[in-house]
Amino acid sequence: MPLNVQKLQEGTVIDHLAAGTGSRVLSLLSMSYPISKVAALILNAKSKKSGRKDIVKIEGVFLDEKTTNQIALISPSATINIIRKGKVESKRQVEMPKTVPGVLACPNQKCITNLERAKTTFLLAGKGQLRCRHCERLFSADELV
Amino acid sequence: MVSIRDLEKKEIESYLAEAAKMEKLLNRPKSELLKGKVIASMFFEPSTRTNMSFQAAAKRLGAKIMTFYPGTSSTAKGETLGDTIRMIDGYVDAIVLRHPSEGAARFASDLALHPVINAGDGGNQHPTQTLLDLYTIKKLKGKISGLKVALLGDLKHARTMRSLLFGLAMFGAKVTLISPPALRMDEDVLAEVKEKFGAIPKQTSEMSLAGFDVLYVCRIQKERFSDPMEAERMQKDFRVDLEALKSANKNLAILHPLPKVDEIPPEVDFDPRAKYFEQAKNGVPVRMAVLYKAIKG
Repeated sequence: MPLNVQKLQEGTVIDHLAAGTGSRVLSLLSMSYPISKVAALILNAKSKKSGRKDIVKIEGVFLDEKTTNQIALISPSATINIIRKGKVESKRQVEMPKTVPGVLACPNQKCITNLERAKTTFLLAGKGQLRCRHCERLFSADELV
Repeated sequence: MVSIRDLEKKEIESYLAEAAKMEKLLNRPKSELLKGKVIASMFFEPSTRTNMSFQAAAKRLGAKIMTFYPGTSSTAKGETLGDTIRMIDGYVDAIVLRHPSEGAARFASDLALHPVINAGDGGNQHPTQTLLDLYTIKKLKGKISGLKVALLGDLKHARTMRSLLFGLAMFGAKVTLISPPALRMDEDVLAEVKEKFGAIPKQTSEMSLAGFDVLYVCRIQKERFSDPMEAERMQKDFRVDLEALKSANKNLAILHPLPKVDEIPPEVDFDPRAKYFEQAKNGVPVRMAVLYKAIKG
């Protein structure tokens, strides 16, 4: 049975999320934006590119750079579609940020950022890995988000 | 001077050249290159060589050293490192910091207006140790590039070995990593030196010391093992004694960051190939160079 999901009039569609990451993205968005309007989470939708994908749609929300960076860490394949008046106004693929300042906590409990009032910064170290600027430990993007 | 990762080859060469100049100053009357400067020595962890050699370096340059004692300072009342650094930064021209938390020196250098020199931040970095290791190798062998260097011991836990591998790979040494299989160098360190410098160190668990120019030994960190007997067994298998050294080159240089425990027995100290005390001595000119360049630029 095909599943019909209401079209957005004004909002954002986060498409091409790796299958299994949609619920984490929705959970992330709910921390940054009050989702009081319509939101849809579609899991394991068919995808020509990757076989299966997740999709998140939210009415009335347009993402800032910080949130877009976080989505890139969860699923680098994601695309962000901005919808205005029911039509796709713009479409772009997320990019892994070169630096992620002040957003993520360092999983290393011996890192000074977990012991003092220090803002974390992670530096992209290739292949989806990020290095803590302070303790210099390497983490996968998955471990950080 | 926070991390060896911050330094390019040219900068390291410049530190090594400056250290060679400083070594010549050691035989002359007291230098006044840093006369009138005040340096804070802040050691939150025990240290013999690093602490003493930084103090000696500062004094040899004519600077005054202010020693911070965490046990009798406001740290004991719960003052944060951030507040302590901000305050002491107002008193001095440079801060030498050893702290158990990883990233403490980076954090301090972000807050301080004066230079912060990392004298060890937990299991992370100890950049002046790496500089003095490279300085010692270059001084003994005349070069680093192309040398056959073995790093032996607990390569998984020793920060010294990770940073030294980085430095050796940067200078094009041919590195062999000798360790028990469970204590091999982390894959991410190997991936980093391959990506940055094209270095692919050989890895082995065979205790064969033939053919090397430099043998750098570190202890098995027994405190990391749940079974002390297991650590003891590994240490025994990877002990650098006179028997193990029989097959080694006559001109081999045996180095060790010290303190050594039983990974090198005392009889090796009298072997002319043992250079670890000379290596420790090199801490003074290298740290003189680091202090001088930090303060005078």
